[in-house]
Amino acid sequence: MRKFRTYSEVDHSTGSELLEQVLEQRARLAKRLASVGTVVAVASGKGGVGKSAVTANLASCLRSRGLRVGAVDGDLNGPSLARMLGVRGPLLEGDGDGVIPPADAAGISVISMELLQEEDAPLRWRDPGSDTFIWQSTMETTALREFLGDVAWGDLDVLLIDVPPGTDKISRLLELIPDLPAVLVVTTPSEMARSVVARSLRLLREADVGTVGLVANMSGYWCPDCDRIQPLFPGEGAQRLSEATGVPIWAEIPFHPSFSLETDRGHPFVTGHPEGPIAEAFTALAERLEGIGSTP
Amino acid sequence: MKFLCIPCDEVMDFAERQIPGDGTMAAVFACGGCGREMAMLTNPMETQMVSSLGVKVGGREVPAQALEGVRSGLDGGHEEAFVEAPPTPGPVAWSPEAIERLQNVPSFVRGMVKRIYTDYARERGIGTLTPEVMDTARSDLGLEGM
Repeated sequence: MRKFRTYSEVDHSTGSELLEQVLEQRARLAKRLASVGTVVAVASGKGGVGKSAVTANLASCLRSRGLRVGAVDGDLNGPSLARMLGVRGPLLEGDGDGVIPPADAAGISVISMELLQEEDAPLRWRDPGSDTFIWQSTMETTALREFLGDVAWGDLDVLLIDVPPGTDKISRLLELIPDLPAVLVVTTPSEMARSVVARSLRLLREADVGTVGLVANMSGYWCPDCDRIQPLFPGEGAQRLSEATGVPIWAEIPFHPSFSLETDRGHPFVTGHPEGPIAEAFTALAERLEGIGSTP
Repeated sequence: MKFLCIPCDEVMDFAERQIPGDGTMAAVFACGGCGREMAMLTNPMETQMVSSLGVKVGGREVPAQALEGVRSGLDGGHEEAFVEAPPTPGPVAWSPEAIERLQNVPSFVRGMVKRIYTDYARERGIGTLTPEVMDTARSDLGLEGM
């Protein structure tokens, strides 16, 4: 068998400049995030627990406290964050350095696939006709990188990232932002949610993410008639999760019939209801985040 | 990816890139020792794999545009997603044929494509953009699908 040098034995650039371009992409992303005080991911691993609604209301709460807030809808396949914040396009083309994102009435800048796609269009990439699965994940990672790095966010205090379901989506984000300062992990009382979210918490622990807090969504029912918190779902999944992992519960958000209704219509609940248990929960969450240090 | 010229035991250097516009790509590499050349031909799927990383084989002639990957790759982009920035003042004109060809580019990405081609022409002192200039620019800049 012939012997010749292997890839790792050859210390010579070919001039194709692929690695250099990848490093350039990372540098561009890092430079963009350097003007952001804190990047906070809102994740879960589990779908349907209310991540996007939590993100939209948290953004509104932070903004109402005077912070400069941006929001990235990382859910490329099921985007909803722009709609929840009442934001419509278009984006303004910049000079190549970055596109200028639209903002809601309060001034929260948003980027979302919703702003870029035709109404009701599924996420599809122009493809050569076959084997889409091979490069689709790479394309989505590129899109998320561009959402973070190619948008002219300006100086922000907080950039929230709504992370879609799936622990792999959390890993994808950590590839892009290895020093992610904080992750809010949204869960519900259900045993199924506890089981799935536990996987995400393990992933975050192994990735050595600095700050992780649990958000227990739908923990009780805020009755609009009697104005009291009643039990909603059986189970103490969030508490069990916290005890088992040592991750603190930072906020318990009760269910209210108007919470999703108003948020889905582009009016985050906390803006119309600045008092009460839900606003208090988000205020507590905002105070926690304000205590986190700047992005490394 | 590296190509080793076995007789010379030297890594071949990137020399040229061609993008014919059918989704394929040709990248030429040459051995600095014996001068032998080889062309790496990629099929559309292989070309897409590289493209999805947001990189160009052989490097970039112009810096990456904002949201370049999303805009050049998204199928079903909203026609009014972007407001085009005012054109940079300069002496580059577009021939009627080039304008007609530009109209075939989805409006979702048209502004970005127009800016890239205009910058390309301006930097080379080309006064009028024609379809021929666009063809040359596509290979020079590695613009698949534009």
